[in-house]
This record gives sequence, C-alpha cells and structure tokens, in this order.
Amino acid sequence: MTRIPLSALIGLFFTGLYFFAAIFAGWIAPYGMAEIVGDSWEPMSSAHWLGTDTIGRDLLSRMIFGGQTTIFVAAAATMLSFGMGSILGFFAAVKGGWVDQVLSRLVDLMMSIPSLISALVVLSVLPVSLPVLIIVMGVLDSTRVFRLSRAVAVDITVMDYVEAARLRGEKQLWIIFREILPNALSPLVAEMGLRFIFAVLFISTLSFLGLGVQPPLADWGGIVKENKEGIVYGIPAALIPAFAIATLAISVNLVADWVLNRTTSLKGGRG
Amino acid sequence: MHPVIKLVAQRLALGLLLLLAASVLIFVGTQILPGDVAQSILGQSATPQSLANLRAELGLDQPALTRYFSWLGGIMQGDLGKALTNGQDIATAMGKRLGNTMFLASVAAVIAVPSAIILGLIAVRYQGRWPDRLISTITLATVSVPEFLLGYIAVYFLSVQLQWFPSLATVYDGMTFGEKLYAISMPVLVLVLVVLGHMMRMTRAAILNVMQSAYVETAELKGLRKFTIIARHAFPNAIAPVVNVVMINLAYLVVGVVVVEVVFVYPGMGQYLVDHVSKRDVPVVQACGLVFAAVYIGLNLVADVVSILANPRLRHPK
Repeated sequence: MTRIPLSALIGLFFTGLYFFAAIFAGWIAPYGMAEIVGDSWEPMSSAHWLGTDTIGRDLLSRMIFGGQTTIFVAAAATMLSFGMGSILGFFAAVKGGWVDQVLSRLVDLMMSIPSLISALVVLSVLPVSLPVLIIVMGVLDSTRVFRLSRAVAVDITVMDYVEAARLRGEKQLWIIFREILPNALSPLVAEMGLRFIFAVLFISTLSFLGLGVQPPLADWGGIVKENKEGIVYGIPAALIPAFAIATLAISVNLVADWVLNRTTSLKGGRG
Repeated sequence: MHPVIKLVAQRLALGLLLLLAASVLIFVGTQILPGDVAQSILGQSATPQSLANLRAELGLDQPALTRYFSWLGGIMQGDLGKALTNGQDIATAMGKRLGNTMFLASVAAVIAVPSAIILGLIAVRYQGRWPDRLISTITLATVSVPEFLLGYIAVYFLSVQLQWFPSLATVYDGMTFGEKLYAISMPVLVLVLVVLGHMMRMTRAAILNVMQSAYVETAELKGLRKFTIIARHAFPNAIAPVVNVVMINLAYLVVGVVVVEVVFVYPGMGQYLVDHVSKRDVPVVQACGLVFAAVYIGLNLVADVVSILANPRLRHPK
C-alpha cells in the first residue's frame, strides 16, 4: 500500500493549497484586507480576479485573509477538542468504574443538546472573541472525540500487551501514551479530518449568524453575510465562499477516507 | 409486566431525567459562566447604579440555586418569563413561531424521509454501479456545504436567475395552505438537501450490513429478484437502524431550521433565538434553548422506543 490513490492525491493537493494560502496570506493577497480599491460589486476583471465586495474591497484578498481566520480558528478548535477528548476518552477507558461512568454520562448530557444551540446559549453571555469561539467550539466538539477514543481504547485495553505492561508495573500515563495512543492513532487521524471540516462549517455558520468572527476581521461566513444583499440583484459574490468551503471540505474528506481505508486494510478486512 | 412496556417506561423516565439535566446545563451555561450578564447587556459604559438595578430586575442578587428553581417552577406552569428587550411574555411570542417552525420542519421531513429511503434502496440495488456512484457523489457535495450557503446557491439560481420560487419565505395569517406551501418551497428544498445526503448514506450502510447475512444468501440461492430480496428480506431487518438514522436527521433538521430561517427571513423559532442571542436577551435564549433541547431529546427518545419495538426478540420473549 505505498501507492496513493488519485482521489487522495487531489485531496492532498487542494488541502495543501488552502493551508499554504492561509499561512502566507499576507504575501499572496494582492491587496490589503480592509483596503477599499474600487466601486461596490465590480465584476471579475484582471485587476480584481473575483471582483469587489459590498463596499469595494478586493474579494480575492478578502477570501485569502478570510480563509486564514477560518482555517486558523477551525484548526485551533480541532486541536483543542482532540487534546481534551482523546485524553479524557483514554483515561475513562483505562480507569473504568465510576470515572468512566461520570465522564460518559456527562458527555451524553452535553450531546443531548445540539451543538449549535449550546453554542448560541453560551455565546449570549460570553464576549464574542476568537479565544472564546475556539474554546466553545473545541469543548463542544470534544464530546464526539471522547466517544470515539473511548470506544477505540476500550478494545485496546483488553489486549495482552496492555496486560503485560500493567503487570510490568507501568504507570497509568505510560499505558495511555505508550501503549494505547500509538495503536489508536489511525482512526483518530481519520476522524480529525472530519472534525476539522465540521469546525469550518460551524465557525462559518456562527459568523454568518453574526455571532462568530467579528469585523474588521474577515472570515468566509462573514463574507457571505456582508454580500448576501447582492444575491437578489444577481451578484454572485456571496457564493464564492460556498465554493471555497465545499472544495476544502471535499478534499479533506478524500484524504480522511484514504487514511481510514489504509488503516482498515492494514488490519486485514472490514473493521 | 411485559418486558417491552418496562423497557419503554425506562426510556421515557430516562428521557425526562435527561431533559431535567439539560435544563440545568442551559441554566449553568447562561448564569454561572464567567462573564456578567448585566454588564454584557448594558455594555462597558454602564454606571454602577444601572448595573445594580438590572441585576435586581433579573433576580441576579439571589443565589443561583434559588434562581434555577424559580425558573424551573415557572416553566412547569407554562410561564417562560418575560423578554428583557421588550418585556413581552416569551410563551405567547414563542407559540406562533414554534408552530411555523414545526410546519416548515414537518413539510421537509415528509419529503426527505421517503426519498432518502427509496434512494438508499436504489443505491443498494445498484451497488458499485453508476446510480450508486451518482447518488453518493451528489450527497457528498450537499453534505460538504453549510446550510446557509446551500440556501443562497438555491436563491441565486432558482429565485433570481429562473424566478421560479420566492427568495423570502414570508408567511402571515389568512394565507391558504397552498400559498403557504409555495412561500416555504425554498427553505424546504434546502432542508431536504441538507438531511437527504446523510440519511441516504446511512440507510444504504444499514441495509448493506444486513445484506451480508446468511438468510440473504439463502434468498439469493432461491433465485429471488435482487429488489425483492432487498425489500422483503433485508429492509425489515434494517428497520431499527434506519429509524434511528431518520430520527437523528429529524433532530438535525430542527437545528438546521435555525440557520435556514435566518437565510429566508422566516418567522420561526430559529430567527427568534438568533435575534435574541445578538441582543443578549438571556431569558429568551434560555427558553428557546430548552425548547430545542426538548424536541431533540424527544426525537431521540422516539428513535430508541421504535428500535425496541422493531426487535422481535423483545416483543415476543420466551
């Protein structure tokens, strides 16, 4: 299995492209993020590849800077949810007993309210800033990571090598990080792609509702919100983020599918 | 007692308990988190006197536990409190909006559920061939785009370019049922697209899972037609997971409604909630959050109960 299938290559290429544009936004973007360079809603031209937005800012530059914010927030939230969710999940699986019960029931409870509703409830009292958004999204999403990593780890803890490590007298932390983590890594990595996409959609939705990234910062959901009036006049500026989000989502999905397939075929058959 | 009744009663009790716990969570989320509600309503420039007045008005000078129980007690009697921004009674303001939202969601469900199941059956019948691939690709595309963007894409092409449907879903009293249906055609379309993909993929997966059983092989060896095997032998045994998927998606529909209502300026619960979150109107947000949580928990409960009832081993104990 050294050959990478074509779909995964396409996915890797576009995912890489978006991350590259996000990291080097300041160098790539032709104009400044908040620079007014033309009339409102100019059509696509050689000077403005994607045209201009509602108050005459270059849309391509705003898309690149917006992608930076969106991808940064989503990536940070995903890392937080994985850090929290997987460690707590492994811990619950290794400890078992009442620790497992308390953590699992708490997660059940948090998942009994839809994430968007929980986020809206919490954001009605908290100040809406980037760190708050990242923490809220990360904590809400960590419940799903917890479930997955606990389920994976429960299967691993009954393996002979974990038993052997226990008999050797290894500490809890060794068992979590040296025995369980390496064996649980592949399904978690595949899941990470999906959670990242979910985070991108989530932050875009919040920004679209006016409760996510606040101006003057740009992000993809915010660009839709700013340009939505144009749609009724047949100006497609608000649809450009749709294209960006969809292509990013699909390419990350393709990569995640490949990682998942590769790991299940390593185990020899349907997992 | 019959074990099914016992199981169902257990699930119901568990659901009520979960709802109670969810109300605690919503209350904790808005009241005990760091961050002063009065401060965030009035802003940084508020005088200490007006802050103290608002706190007294909100009952924030009471201990949290007292506030929780008086809030919960009010809800039990159908009193959801008053909105901070305009002093209106929340229950009255919510009543009509809840009806509108339910109308929108149920029309979407009536269209989405049968088509998802039929598409899932077709995808299994032609597994790996072009109908399967086509359905999978289209659903992957719809799953990858957030609801609000799907909404604007639909508006751009169907309302603006082709002018088939209205771009705003305005409903008011005195509209006939047909007029209402026409008015909400766009939001319904978007909601259907949002849930259809996931529901169809999961239906397909659930039936494919059953297709590997020995009795399906027996049916194949008897020489039955492929579609008969799926419809008569595989589908009845996949009902429990399929109902589960349907319910999860209906619950998701209730959330998707929030965003879609904002896109199409539809006077429902979702818009009510989002409006009042930006106004930081905590009592309204709490009430809406609780209603959404109740619907969500209720639908998940129905899914549990149906999968118990669909299991013949539980219905006919030895």
